[in-house]
Amino acid sequence: MGITTRQFDAVVVGAGGSGLRAALQLSEANLRVAVLSKVFPTRSHTVAAQGGVSASLGNEEPDNWHWHMYDTVKGSDYLGDQDAIEFMCRKANEAVIELEHYGMPFDRLDNGKIYQRPFGGHTSNYGERAVKRACAAADRTGHAMLHTLYQRNVRANTQFFVEWMALDLIRNQAGDVLGVVAMEMETGEVCILHAKATLLATGGAGRIYAASTNAFINTGDGLGMAARAGIPLEDMEFWQFHPTGVAGAGVLITEGVRGEGGFLLNKNGERFMERYAPTVKDLASRDVVSRAMATEIKEGRGAGKDADHILLKLDHLGADVIDKRLPGIREIAIKFANVDPAKDPIPVVPTCHYQMGGIPTNMHGQVLAGHNGGTIVKGLYAAGECACVSVHGANRLGTNSLLDLLVFGKASGEQVVKDLASDALAHQDLPKDAADRSLARLARLDSAKSGEDVAEVGAEMRRTMQLHCGVFRFPDGLAEGVRRMQEVGKRAEHLYFKDKSKVFNTARVEALELENLVEVATSTMVSAHARQESRGAHDRSDFPDRNDAQWMKHTFWYKDNNRLEYRPVNLKPLTVESFEPKARVY
Amino acid sequence: MVNRQVVGAHYGLRDWLAQRITAVIMLVFTLLVLLALLMLPKFDFWHWQALWNLSLMRYAGLLFFVALLYHAWVGVRNIFMDYIKDSGLRLTLYVVVILALISYGAWAVQILWGK
Amino acid sequence: MRLSIYRYNPDVDEKPYMKDYDIQLEPTDRMLLDALVRLKSTDDTFSFRRSCREGVCGSDAMNINGKNGLACITKIADLKEPVVIRPLPGLPVIRDLIVDMSQFFKQYHSVTPYVVNETPRPETERLQSPEDREELNGLYECILCACCSTSCPSFWWNPDKFVGPAGLLQAYRFIADTRDQATNERLDNLEDPYRLFRCHSIMNCVDVCPKGLNPTKAIGKIKDLLVKRTV
Repeated sequence: MGITTRQFDAVVVGAGGSGLRAALQLSEANLRVAVLSKVFPTRSHTVAAQGGVSASLGNEEPDNWHWHMYDTVKGSDYLGDQDAIEFMCRKANEAVIELEHYGMPFDRLDNGKIYQRPFGGHTSNYGERAVKRACAAADRTGHAMLHTLYQRNVRANTQFFVEWMALDLIRNQAGDVLGVVAMEMETGEVCILHAKATLLATGGAGRIYAASTNAFINTGDGLGMAARAGIPLEDMEFWQFHPTGVAGAGVLITEGVRGEGGFLLNKNGERFMERYAPTVKDLASRDVVSRAMATEIKEGRGAGKDADHILLKLDHLGADVIDKRLPGIREIAIKFANVDPAKDPIPVVPTCHYQMGGIPTNMHGQVLAGHNGGTIVKGLYAAGECACVSVHGANRLGTNSLLDLLVFGKASGEQVVKDLASDALAHQDLPKDAADRSLARLARLDSAKSGEDVAEVGAEMRRTMQLHCGVFRFPDGLAEGVRRMQEVGKRAEHLYFKDKSKVFNTARVEALELENLVEVATSTMVSAHARQESRGAHDRSDFPDRNDAQWMKHTFWYKDNNRLEYRPVNLKPLTVESFEPKARVY
Repeated sequence: MVNRQVVGAHYGLRDWLAQRITAVIMLVFTLLVLLALLMLPKFDFWHWQALWNLSLMRYAGLLFFVALLYHAWVGVRNIFMDYIKDSGLRLTLYVVVILALISYGAWAVQILWGK
Repeated sequence: MRLSIYRYNPDVDEKPYMKDYDIQLEPTDRMLLDALVRLKSTDDTFSFRRSCREGVCGSDAMNINGKNGLACITKIADLKEPVVIRPLPGLPVIRDLIVDMSQFFKQYHSVTPYVVNETPRPETERLQSPEDREELNGLYECILCACCSTSCPSFWWNPDKFVGPAGLLQAYRFIADTRDQATNERLDNLEDPYRLFRCHSIMNCVDVCPKGLNPTKAIGKIKDLLVKRTV
């Protein structure tokens, strides 16, 4: 086979927040590292994060990591692993300070310290009242963070492969991962990137839903690659619906709006969150707020002529505060909702936003080979939204995603450096069929004379997910969803597009992306159908309550026959007492 | 010779600044001439000649032409830098422009102090 | 909706051409990007970059009815038909609306685009007053979409030597950061008839910036600092 092979110490797939943070660790350790990205790094979807990154700096009021940990455990509806959550919350301050030293343009308090704002689910003294914990750069925190991390990588001379798409993992007989097969989009050339360590940082797959805050590129490529390579996906039934996506457009409106004092109204002008979460009201965690909004709409109290959305009011903050703290939101509302939030409320609906599940890892970013014990896949690491550590459990708190990618991006990078230094990893011979799977996929797509239309199959998948696996889930709906997703999966095996050109063939890229999306959507539907309880973002009409006796466990979905296995939640933190599950009230 | 992009000539500021200062000089001079013309009791050749017999006007005029030539030099060179890619051709054009500007300068002196 | 789009695929086309399309919009299609995505679902050979579809990633910059902008935040209703869409001017075309942005990023990379501070790292954040932080507003928000640089004639003529408005805006972003200690080196790096002084303040960059930023003003501030350093 005349396929080019290039050797590196490490390959990082994805150049969003976690990929860049991990790459930085590797480059600064003087390793030969290749960072692959479908888009120029600063176009990765981390750029769209708005509200902030959590850390118990206590710059404005007393705070500590214990409280942050409690909030995260409670927010996860007790499905998060408490060792990993402790690890993340304890590392938060260091991670944020480090970023500040890298040049991140955080907003400031009068004393020169980092500005912090309240956010949903973040409280002081174990749930007493909302606390200012979200470190923010206006409402462009993700943008500022991604650019800062990219800039730091420029300083570290990180080698980027821009507009390269990873197609498949290379595993040998022993199951070790030896790199990836990737395609340069500009030329269509396929190449083997042979590496001692492979780190997946491919982000989420929110594009499985019709209404999503996610970018077009969020297609779960890492998850698809892992699934095809026989690696399970964990907790895929848990998808966060962000309460405030612009109605109709899906564009995100940060929770920071409510952190700064905005609130939600139904058509009667009632501040309905007071009924659902008496203590923190609009700053309850996202699953709670989204469900409350969906309930209001369902019961006929939605606003607008079709009573199909909720209003987010913030004009009482005044134009000055809005321009200073939420300038991007004003811009988005004017452009996408035709309202100036300094005068009128923004129409919003719960919109698919974040994938709590993902490729199972331990807190050092090492990928778990299966649901049993702690066996890892040698040579494979994952971090960020594509990974499931699991710190977010059944529902993620706002601002914990940016924290996740910093902490676990760095931790996984450190682990790779350590493994490479200790000779735990070395170059192994590539199997003869290393690139076969990818080449076969491409060959089928390129030779297809007819078949299923990529856009149509994609639309059918998104419709199915939206209809059968949304905020509220119903037993027959899920069963029907599983059946329909099987059909979609079959259709996706026969994708066809006209364009057979080599040069920047985006039709081919979209077909490859759809194959990954279908893996993710299938795992979601199957996992959701099987979980017979309501927990966090997973809400079932036939099992309305959380069932700790039977379901305090993580779902592991295997592509092979849609097999499901389970693994108990780790309730034991590293150093502190566990937080025992209790009823979740905000 | 290696074909690489070279930049870092560490000039440009003085010219940029000079272009602004010379513009101010030209503006002031223009106002001065306008004012002087307005103050002439009668606008005919004799008054015009008397005006330019004043040393003040002659030296101011000289300053104006120096400013104009410098201003023109910076501007014309900018245009060459934008559009003329070949360094040899650009240098040749620079020399031509400099020679032209110097002769215009001499001509200006001749006019101002000539009979 | 009527569109006239620049098409070129080096694999099959000898030279670029303009192709007219008539497409049926859905009521949910509000932005030009929605229309382009719809068009792509009927003609998959049409290629363009896009990602966030909300104006923060900077992928879908293109020349729309003669003016550079982001398709995802350009309202269809505001456009005169037929909408003429071309790739960003002045950069080599790879295919259709996709241009080779290497030169643009090379200039960005040439301005040392990161905070330089060699003092030992304190245990807490480096302090910065809200007023000092304010200086970064209008600078750090740049999304590197290249609308500005590719609307600048000086950048068209000397893309290899002139840093361009985007690069200079970022150069000033680090000069303006009180935590950065390399102001002198940064000014040295820019004091050059080509790198900085190709800017003749015609303000095309300000006119097209989809984020409402003002590179000309930032360039002016760099020049001010150079003057201050000299006199």
